[in-house]
Amino acid sequence: MTMLPPPSQVKLGLVIDLDTCVGCHACAVACKEWNSGGVAAPVTDEDPYGPKPFGVWFNRVHSYELDALEGLDDAQPAQPAMTLHFPRSCLHCETPACVSVCPTGASYKRASDGIVLVDEDKCIGCKLCSWACPYGAREYSEVEGVMKKCTLCVDRIYNETIPEAMRQPACVQACPTRARHFGDLGDPASAVSQLVAARGGVALMPELGYAPVNRYLPQRPRRANEGDVPADRPVAAPRDEALDPSQLNPLLRWLDRALSR
Amino acid sequence: MHPAFSVIFFTTASGAGFGLCAWFGLLALLGNLPSRGIAMSALLLGAALAAAGLLSSLAHLGQPQRAWRALSQWRSSWLSREGVASVLLFVPVAVLLWLLWDIPAQVRLDSFAASPALAIAGAALLVLALACVVCTAMIYHSLKPVPAWRHPLVVPVYLVFSLFTGGLLLAAVFTLGGTVVSNMAGFGAMVGAVLLWRMKRHAWRGIDTRPLPVTRNAALGLPEGRGIHVFERPHTEANYLLKEMGYVLARKHATRLRTLAVVLFALVPALLALPAWLFVHLDPGPWFAAAALSALLGALVERWLFFAEARHLVTLYY
Repeated sequence: MTMLPPPSQVKLGLVIDLDTCVGCHACAVACKEWNSGGVAAPVTDEDPYGPKPFGVWFNRVHSYELDALEGLDDAQPAQPAMTLHFPRSCLHCETPACVSVCPTGASYKRASDGIVLVDEDKCIGCKLCSWACPYGAREYSEVEGVMKKCTLCVDRIYNETIPEAMRQPACVQACPTRARHFGDLGDPASAVSQLVAARGGVALMPELGYAPVNRYLPQRPRRANEGDVPADRPVAAPRDEALDPSQLNPLLRWLDRALSR
Repeated sequence: MHPAFSVIFFTTASGAGFGLCAWFGLLALLGNLPSRGIAMSALLLGAALAAAGLLSSLAHLGQPQRAWRALSQWRSSWLSREGVASVLLFVPVAVLLWLLWDIPAQVRLDSFAASPALAIAGAALLVLALACVVCTAMIYHSLKPVPAWRHPLVVPVYLVFSLFTGGLLLAAVFTLGGTVVSNMAGFGAMVGAVLLWRMKRHAWRGIDTRPLPVTRNAALGLPEGRGIHVFERPHTEANYLLKEMGYVLARKHATRLRTLAVVLFALVPALLALPAWLFVHLDPGPWFAAAALSALLGALVERWLFFAEARHLVTLYY
């Protein structure tokens, strides 16, 4: 049923510490490994050893450079240029549009703990849910013809056949810097909720109104040394969208050439 | 957004079919249908276009054999509502065909009192055909991550496109079949072409001048004002998100393609409709047919741009 259930008491989700994430991609790899044999299996790869590997991942780690910042006051001290590693995965929103746009009821949000899942036996592969998600959480598998997404390792966190300490999402378990935390964000007394409160955790793009459950802990302020903030730092020009004609099919390649003349 | 041809063909062909059905329903309601053979051909053309588009949209699915499941979630999903409305549409189509079949061939159906059943089925066809078009447009208009589709003219443009292409097709079938149609139909087509051109121009200006409502900073949960540049992507090759949402070709050539679309869907049909309006003794059939063909081609280009030009918020991460 793609009508959303009433808000659940329990809101399971992840808290990701951008201060300690080192961008090692261990979470992404561990996720792929576990889920390739889990409830969402297979996490398909096309042409995995060929020149253009293409596959489904529930977890993607982006790396950015942040410009240096001039200090305003004691509350906002000067900041050197920094690197930001940013793991991106499903945020298990409280009002997920990916669920309500689903025409079949394959996408659903669990009333008991708020996990957003896809029933792959019902999915017709219309891809509308992936269009409805601004976070890029869902990836379609051409091979199975169905949509795939993060399950919050639902087959791990309740799994009584593995030791209790391991009943955590694979990404959380794998993180070597403990940048990922799993817990109930609906309970203000839980460890993750307290961590969010202490570190000023933020939601992504809250203005869109999907009420993401996952929180991101911002980087702690760095100490800027003399010369870290150049007075006339070059302003990087926004990069143009580049079109790679070799990615197009022959008809569109011809169209691109004809229109470029 | 990736412009899947199956979806473009669906919105164009089904749009024209729904538009034709809407006009046909209106004429049936007003008791103003031509003779049996022509009326049935026109309705069959409308239903066939709608069906062809719907079948084409199935080709877009990864698991088309499960498409029946899409009829279940009409309470929350516009795509499901579209499915339900388009299946229901064929009920009045079938009723109308059945009623028309029973009428002697040469009788002209021009009074409401003569056939209330025809009028009721016509009203149902009109309402359902318009509902189908609104549902199609709402599938896209309801998606907040694609700001270009949030423009308030998206739904009106879909409706006018549908009524314009469908109306030209209906006029073409009627006049080619020898029915006398008022020359004001030619005038109406010209008004439709100008209206469509103005609406599209307004919508295109809107998406050109309005920046994306969300910044990369907000996408990453960072305060505004700090410059952020991609240092390393998560993957060296393309992925589903880049293939489906990060489509660049159309924005590179937007100006030329928009001009081509306007020429095909507005300028050429308007010029072809002009003689049908001015010269009462002219046989307008071929003119309407050519105008309909051009408008449909223009609608295809416009629809291709509608998808291909639209930028998805997930591209903020790349």
